[in-house]
Amino acid sequence: MADAVVEQGRPIGAAGTRKRTSLRNVLGRKSTVAFLLTLPLIILIALLVLYPAVYSIHLATLNKSMQKFVGFGNFTFLFKRDTFWMVVKQSCIFAITAVFFKALMGFIVAHFVHNIPAKGQRKWRGMLLVPWVIPPAMSTLAWLWLFDPSYSAFNYTLSFFHIGPINWLGDNLWARFSVILVNVWYGAPFFMIMYLAALKSVPDQLYEAAAIDGANWWQKIWFITLPMMRNIIAITTLFSLIVTFANFDIVRILTSGGPLDQTHIFATWAFKVGIEGSDIPLGASVSLFMVPILAVAAIFILRDVSKRGNEA
Amino acid sequence: MSRKTLTRRQFVAATAMSSAALITAPYVRGAYAAGKLSIGFWDHWVPGANDASRALVNEWAEKEKVEVSIDYITSNNNKIQLTVAAEAQAKSGHDILQMPTWWPHAYAENLEPLNDIMEPLIKQNGEVNGTVKYLGQAGGKWLAIPATPGSQIKGPCSRIDLMKKHAGIDVQEMYPAGAQPKADGWTMDTFLKAAEACQKGGFPFGIGLGETTDSVDTAGAIFQSFGAELVNAKGDVTVKTDAVRQALEYYKKLIAFLPPDAPSWDDASNNKWLISGRGALILNPPSAWAVAKRDAPQVAEQCWTHGFPAGPKGRFAPYLPYFWGLWSFSKNKEAAKSLLVHLSAPSSIAKFVAASGGYDLPAYANMTTLKTWAEEGPPKGTLYHYPNPYNHQTLSIAASPAPPKVAQQIYFQATLTKMALRYAQGEKMEATLAWAEGECEGFMRS
Repeated sequence: MADAVVEQGRPIGAAGTRKRTSLRNVLGRKSTVAFLLTLPLIILIALLVLYPAVYSIHLATLNKSMQKFVGFGNFTFLFKRDTFWMVVKQSCIFAITAVFFKALMGFIVAHFVHNIPAKGQRKWRGMLLVPWVIPPAMSTLAWLWLFDPSYSAFNYTLSFFHIGPINWLGDNLWARFSVILVNVWYGAPFFMIMYLAALKSVPDQLYEAAAIDGANWWQKIWFITLPMMRNIIAITTLFSLIVTFANFDIVRILTSGGPLDQTHIFATWAFKVGIEGSDIPLGASVSLFMVPILAVAAIFILRDVSKRGNEA
Repeated sequence: MSRKTLTRRQFVAATAMSSAALITAPYVRGAYAAGKLSIGFWDHWVPGANDASRALVNEWAEKEKVEVSIDYITSNNNKIQLTVAAEAQAKSGHDILQMPTWWPHAYAENLEPLNDIMEPLIKQNGEVNGTVKYLGQAGGKWLAIPATPGSQIKGPCSRIDLMKKHAGIDVQEMYPAGAQPKADGWTMDTFLKAAEACQKGGFPFGIGLGETTDSVDTAGAIFQSFGAELVNAKGDVTVKTDAVRQALEYYKKLIAFLPPDAPSWDDASNNKWLISGRGALILNPPSAWAVAKRDAPQVAEQCWTHGFPAGPKGRFAPYLPYFWGLWSFSKNKEAAKSLLVHLSAPSSIAKFVAASGGYDLPAYANMTTLKTWAEEGPPKGTLYHYPNPYNHQTLSIAASPAPPKVAQQIYFQATLTKMALRYAQGEKMEATLAWAEGECEGFMRS
């Protein structure tokens, strides 16, 4: 509509001024203004996201000394390595388990918070967000001290109940449990806040109608809450899945991938191979391995979300 | 408006003067006539140790009229390795960069050969050990020169009282301050018996089995003392040998006496183990002792740093040298070389050692008997044998003598400790060897 107004307001003048007028028209269009306003961000993304992404693809096609183009050679090499497949398996276990529990915890806590009277709710929301707002490198250090192999605060507490000592970071299974636990602790508040926002947008009339029809607590969740929240659930799950697959700091600080590589995930192994082992092309290949898989998942989930949006 | 015309004579005179000024300009010694130099030093953990390098650089810069800038880069979370990798990629950055162990080889193509300064330095300071040559040289070319700050031996640091009480070993008698070691009986078998006795006495040896360097360095020295090599100097995989089997058998017995959480230890864990008074021995440079001096003086005064036990194939001690490399893309190579010579002068080395409280180790043979190590305490003489003054042990690095680029992979993937742990946790010997063989074959890519 605004475009049309500008069009109508165009002065009809001589041929000599036509060029100037058309430039003014171009600049006057909303789309052009919008483009110019977003240009700094586009440049920033191109520099900080696009360029590193393209550069890492370029690196992944080079040999170890980075002097020869090897195409998919690094990937075919990786596919033959047992350790790589172990890292793939562990990354999937880590990401899927962590996202599932983050979503579950977030869902439960969001309901609790939603049921708190509005007056005191803000205080609780703020407190529950604390794990998410502390830089994970710092909070993970605190967890490291809690899990400390020799002086664990957890083991100290458990000793009062004659349990343990548990080898939190030295035993394969406990180490996996510990890194997932910290990831859930860190990420659950994000789910909680997103689900809380979604819960607040569900009309109360639906629940009232369901109550009149005799629906129980479970039926209200299954037939009202979950369908009304499905877009938010899909988007948060996708977002969290991508971020969790790319996690680095928690594993790096807690276990560095050990014991016996049992907690390595893509980013930590890529760092080990690429930086510590000075094989940057192989490290780049490891970190790029998940891109096509996550991209396909993102396309499907986002397509589903937009389809539901249109239905609505 | 007046306009002055330029005569031919004036033009010739002005041209001649300008040319003379341009030609003579480089020889005029202004404040920073010899250009600029940018240095990336390792950020020393000893408080005040960076002051020594800063003072030495400033002293040289003042004399040579060079404008210098120094960055101290921490090795925490591999920051220094990341800096080396980034500068090699960008072909830009510092002129001189301090590099740990494997990095001169990893970025050999980007480093300026330093034979012209290293050879006179060896004549001046004495021969360097085999590990320095192995890590700092390629095809007769010195890729970097050994740096005193940060270079270290990770030998045993024992508790005098606990070793005497539980293992019946007097470490001060075995390694007396100011005299030759009397350590013929200090063998891998004695070490194992001592580990068992101390574990039974409630003070286990604090040896990590993780993937960080302290754990790997210990495994390297133990494997070498049995003659066990995963990859030999020619680059052949030699995992399935009797020597490797013997080393694994030994490690399995040793692991039984180590703290159960040793597989999760990092480089700080053994320090904490000693300082807290829970262990009778750790394998570490004297950093743990230095922290104990501040935080637990009663522990520090019972610490004694000494040599490694000998195995069937010799006595090996883990040695990790740092290097100073000069990038080939440096804009002021001559000034950089002059500074490196200054930093490697005997007087400079003595200042580095003193500033670090004896932690820093020069690589040169004539520089292992400085007074700092004789005088540091308590107890006095605790560091006397730290720099290996009688050469009674071979200073080595884990995974050598494999070609350095292969050895670097073995080292950082912690293949040795993983093998020991797998076998100790019940995996069959042949399965462990097959796994390690597969890993080593993967490290061969070029």
